[in-house]
Amino acid sequence: MPVVFIPTPLRDITAGTAEVTVEGNTVRAVVDALEQRYPGIKTRLCRGDSLSPGLQVSIDHVMTTRGLRATVRPDSEVHFLPVIGGG
Amino acid sequence: MSHTDELYLGKTSYQVLGKRPVRHDGADKVTGKAVYAADVQLPNMAHGKIVRSPHAHARIKSIDVSEAVKIPGVFAVVTAADFPNLERRSEVMGEGGPVNLAHMAANCLAMGKVLYKGHPVAAVAAANVHLAEEAAAKIKVEYEVLPSVTWVLDAMKDDAPLLHEDLRTDSMGKKGDRPTNVALHLQFEKGNIAEGFQQADIVVEREFRTASVHQGYIEPHATVALWNEDNRLKIWASTQGAFNCRQQVAQLLQIPVSQCLVVPCEIGGGFGGKIAVYLEPVAALLSRKCGRPVKLVMQRNEVFEATGPTPGSFLRVKLGATKDGKLTAGEAWLAYDCGAFPGGVIAPGCMCVFSCYELPNARVDGFDVLDNKPKTQAYRAPGATQAAFACEQVIDELAEALGIDPLEFRLKNAASEGTRRFDGPVYPRVGLVECLHAAKHSYHWKSPLSGANRGRGIAAGFWFNIGLASSCSGSVNGDGVVTLVEGSTDIGGTRTSIAMQLAETLGIGAADVLPQVGDTDSVGFTFLTGGSRTTFATGLAAYKLGLDLQAQMQERAATIWECEPAAVEVKYGVYSRNGQSLTFKELAGKISELGLDPVVGRASVSPEGSTNAFGVHIADVEVDPETGKVTVLRYTAIQDAGKAVHPSYVEGQMQGGAVQGIGWALNEEYFFDRKDQMRNASFLDYRMPTCLDVPMIETIIVEVPNPSHPFGVRGVGETPIVAPPATIANAIHKATGVRMTVLPISPPALWKALSEKS
Repeated sequence: MPVVFIPTPLRDITAGTAEVTVEGNTVRAVVDALEQRYPGIKTRLCRGDSLSPGLQVSIDHVMTTRGLRATVRPDSEVHFLPVIGGG
Repeated sequence: MSHTDELYLGKTSYQVLGKRPVRHDGADKVTGKAVYAADVQLPNMAHGKIVRSPHAHARIKSIDVSEAVKIPGVFAVVTAADFPNLERRSEVMGEGGPVNLAHMAANCLAMGKVLYKGHPVAAVAAANVHLAEEAAAKIKVEYEVLPSVTWVLDAMKDDAPLLHEDLRTDSMGKKGDRPTNVALHLQFEKGNIAEGFQQADIVVEREFRTASVHQGYIEPHATVALWNEDNRLKIWASTQGAFNCRQQVAQLLQIPVSQCLVVPCEIGGGFGGKIAVYLEPVAALLSRKCGRPVKLVMQRNEVFEATGPTPGSFLRVKLGATKDGKLTAGEAWLAYDCGAFPGGVIAPGCMCVFSCYELPNARVDGFDVLDNKPKTQAYRAPGATQAAFACEQVIDELAEALGIDPLEFRLKNAASEGTRRFDGPVYPRVGLVECLHAAKHSYHWKSPLSGANRGRGIAAGFWFNIGLASSCSGSVNGDGVVTLVEGSTDIGGTRTSIAMQLAETLGIGAADVLPQVGDTDSVGFTFLTGGSRTTFATGLAAYKLGLDLQAQMQERAATIWECEPAAVEVKYGVYSRNGQSLTFKELAGKISELGLDPVVGRASVSPEGSTNAFGVHIADVEVDPETGKVTVLRYTAIQDAGKAVHPSYVEGQMQGGAVQGIGWALNEEYFFDRKDQMRNASFLDYRMPTCLDVPMIETIIVEVPNPSHPFGVRGVGETPIVAPPATIANAIHKATGVRMTVLPISPPALWKALSEKS
């Protein structure tokens, strides 16, 4: 199952747990699975039907632009990180 | 094996890449024929002038334009009231995340309050610029002056003047419960820092401050807007991204993007400062109102006072290491100002602060803080230079305390393939270790440095680099020359570096590709020139375009030779079958002569992920103890560029970034008086380095191929500005024994520190 690294500001919801293993083959499914286990976490990660616009997701160490639609493999690592811009 | 099959990662022998052809746009630029936005002249064109706030913070009580509009030859006046209602509207605009449209509009024309000196309040269009200036002076604005703040820590205080009364601190979706200037609080944690510091034999903790500096591009902002009778808006702009400019203008004016056409003119520098729009929507509003094209051009003081500087910052960095020089833990607390509106560069600042090192335990807190400065903007590796200034000095101090050579200390702890960053992801193949080895074996590092008050410093730097969308198209002419239309504004010679990748793919010469930057109607969506992405991502599009064109050429050759396309072999631009062969040029001529379908190709890409560029810089300085003046005696920039497509341009980026970083280190700062007014808004008083201030910047290009590009290309442009301030500070410490923790390290500041030491 994919491993989700819980962002530090959201660990108040996971009682300090930093890494969580959940089912899901897309980021959307992973977020839904997180919400099942930690109610309230989805509203911190998402806005409506999209990833929160201030966040980006890294799957297997590659930032993806596909947001909640991105594919997650059973052995994937998922990180939610702030968006960044270059100059 | 076809030529395409040979384009494999790690290939070192190329026909075009790695050479130094003459840049395609060079002649126009050196002979003054290149067209910049301020050069655009249209029939019946009006000239605009912006009315700006004289106060750093004030409530606008009234704006009276009655006297201005009476002047003959004055065509239109606009204020914030001319924008559509944008309350509670936000838009995701590319890599940087959500943009509050009301804030963006209010930065172009103030709504209710002015938040920094120079904040635009109104704009006028008239028959000529002199009339526009006269009319602007007649616009009466009544203000209620408010207390102001321009230092980030002061702005964080509970009793600080509030810029936006409705703002609450956001901590990943959790809102604070009181009004504040702290827009954002970020946190990252890896491992257990308490245990990490317990494992350390030595811990160093220091505080650092940096002043706001400006990107300092030589060409001021300029635009011409023409709102046509058919309701189509055409804008000529000095912008890093025509499509991003189009999106911003369309969103601010609430018109469909397809109704707006942006023509990117040549650009005299940007460095991150020409991404946000300032003049374009205002010129559009004026044009719509007066029915003429309207030109707006900033003066230098307007550029300084009203366009994005980089943040002023406060940083506290703590690192622990064992006696044998292994880092055990790191902790950082960063506060960056974002100016008048939320959305600064604190996130990349946080994510870069420890990015050069293998750090098992780390915690980073970051704050995005409003104050009465222009809205901050990106400046080459935004946020990373301040972070490196802090971290790289603490690294240096640890090495010195442990009696370990500073380069060896960095090598012991350098991030490499497989290193887990403290913010989570693991690095793929990266080149920091190779850069450090290149530094170690450089003539500079091995050369002796003697003499009083002289010292040598070293520091490392990192920037992510990005991918995102790029498009291009191309057509093969009858003379064998390929016309390439690409969507990336040319900064630093990117036309040529993109054309070279197309030429390499097709097996033709760089001079046989004619590149041009298309407007937003002429080429597919292309994200801006920034984030060190253009040679990587638009180059990738050019590579794919080359494959498309080559396949079509194969097909036409097959028609001529009456065979299947697969039977046509292609090698280095020569198409052959059964002893017959045609060069690319000959085949192009045949296609034209025989009237076969023209060869027209296109490609679009959207690569994901970072290309992760590291650099290491070395500086020798001499300090005058009588004045505190620092002379840079020798400077070397080393960087992993992946495959250096055009080495001269890579060297140019490294040299330019290093010089800008030296200016940041030694001279540059926004100097505010007690009323928070910038007092040095000219190049006379805002002292950027000239060629007389710096030595020849030596460069060493390290080529560790990027696994996510067929030629191994990485981004280059931003990393070179990250290490210089730390490098210079470390060299000054070696020269004097004084640790300078505040930027700029100006002569008075260093003289004071030397005096206190003695």
